[in-house]
Amino acid sequence: MTIKMYLSAKHCYRLCCLLQPWVLFLGIMAGIIGLLDGLVWAPADYQQGEVYRILFIHVPAAVLSLGVYCIMALAAVIYLIWKIRVVDVIAKVSAPVGALFTLLTLITGSLWGKPTWGTYWIWDARLTSELILFFIYCGIMAIRSAFTEPFLAAQASGVMTLVGLVNIPIVHYSVVWWNTLHQSASILKWGKPSMVPSMLSPLLWMLLAYSFYYLAILLVNVRYELLKQAKNTTWVHTLFNKN
Amino acid sequence: MLSLVSSMVRREVALSYRKRAEYCMPVLFFILVSLLFPLAMAPHPALLKALGPTVLWVAVILAVLLSVGSLFHSDFYDGSLEQWVLSPYPLSLLVLLKGVTQWAMLIIPLVGVVPIMAVFFHLSWQGIIFLWITLIIGSSHLYLLGMGMAALIVGLRNSGLLLALLLLPLYIPTLIFASATVRLADQGLPLAAPLASLGALCVLSWVLAPPVTAVALRIGVAYDH
Repeated sequence: MTIKMYLSAKHCYRLCCLLQPWVLFLGIMAGIIGLLDGLVWAPADYQQGEVYRILFIHVPAAVLSLGVYCIMALAAVIYLIWKIRVVDVIAKVSAPVGALFTLLTLITGSLWGKPTWGTYWIWDARLTSELILFFIYCGIMAIRSAFTEPFLAAQASGVMTLVGLVNIPIVHYSVVWWNTLHQSASILKWGKPSMVPSMLSPLLWMLLAYSFYYLAILLVNVRYELLKQAKNTTWVHTLFNKN
Repeated sequence: MLSLVSSMVRREVALSYRKRAEYCMPVLFFILVSLLFPLAMAPHPALLKALGPTVLWVAVILAVLLSVGSLFHSDFYDGSLEQWVLSPYPLSLLVLLKGVTQWAMLIIPLVGVVPIMAVFFHLSWQGIIFLWITLIIGSSHLYLLGMGMAALIVGLRNSGLLLALLLLPLYIPTLIFASATVRLADQGLPLAAPLASLGALCVLSWVLAPPVTAVALRIGVAYDH
């Protein structure tokens, strides 16, 4: 039983089946606790009132939109060097989820912007770079679908992911220096978080819920992709004849 | 090594010279796209002066996008790219030579028409000079970055729109820095910060683009539709 074993499609599939119910359960539990804590138990903000509660949806989505990209970039590096197919499957199924998190960040952010900033959209640094991140996700998915040969599609989207990774900090700082309105980081920074514990704890629960949700979606899609790619192998046939 | 450089450069120049009409297309496209803006809006000189740097740089980006898309096409179809991949010379050096030669030939007519465009948009002398400078620095970055993506999808048919989708998000920093430099220069304000950032992007792409393009080209050439 080594890690290396799970790089083969058959054992990876088994591992996904094993983990999936647990991940889903933990995700739902964390989501229920986080939503109760954030929407019911946490106090209202002294300045924004109840409106600020969209934060518990908005911030975890924003964190995950970048986190998923980092996972995809890591997977792209591993795939381009060692050509491990399972790793590419992770990159492939992460792209639409990452794009959806980005879209969710943009939508919740603009809904939050209307009552607090007075506008749905402003050409602010964070908003603009998040929008560009969305287009980069679209580009990665587009280039993968443009190649009909799966092996080359994987490599091409890997290269695109890495070029995008180099570019994301550049895009980020170019727009930061250009114009800015969005507040600065309150948690992911050096030193103590500038948030009261009663508001921080639901945020962390929601972050956990989002991460487990991503993992659960990942596991379902990885299983589907693995079965699709290995549909002519004996282990898939025995698996389905047994059931 | 010197003979390699000179033969590559001579080959690219000769190929462009024999397809003169195709060679003129990006610069004509640049002029036409820039002209669409004054025609589409109320052409007040003050408004044109304020929008000029932005419009001209958007037109530069579109012209580069148009010309970089077909960079490897003829080499792909006549089999030269496969020979490059197999040749004993480093592929990153070959693509750098091709890219830089083609970029230089693209940029010469663009630099030539900049003063005319600046007259159309009522730019000041400082504006013209810094439009020249940002054009030379910024377009090499655009071209080398575009070369990598064009290499990646060289084997795909009808890849023009896909290339735009891949490249335009990556071109945004250049657009911001370059048009900011020209705008600040036109107004006579200090412009060192955006110009230095543009220079940094240019250096980064001269260093990183050749190896990335070489990797991309090996993937692109392997694809056979």
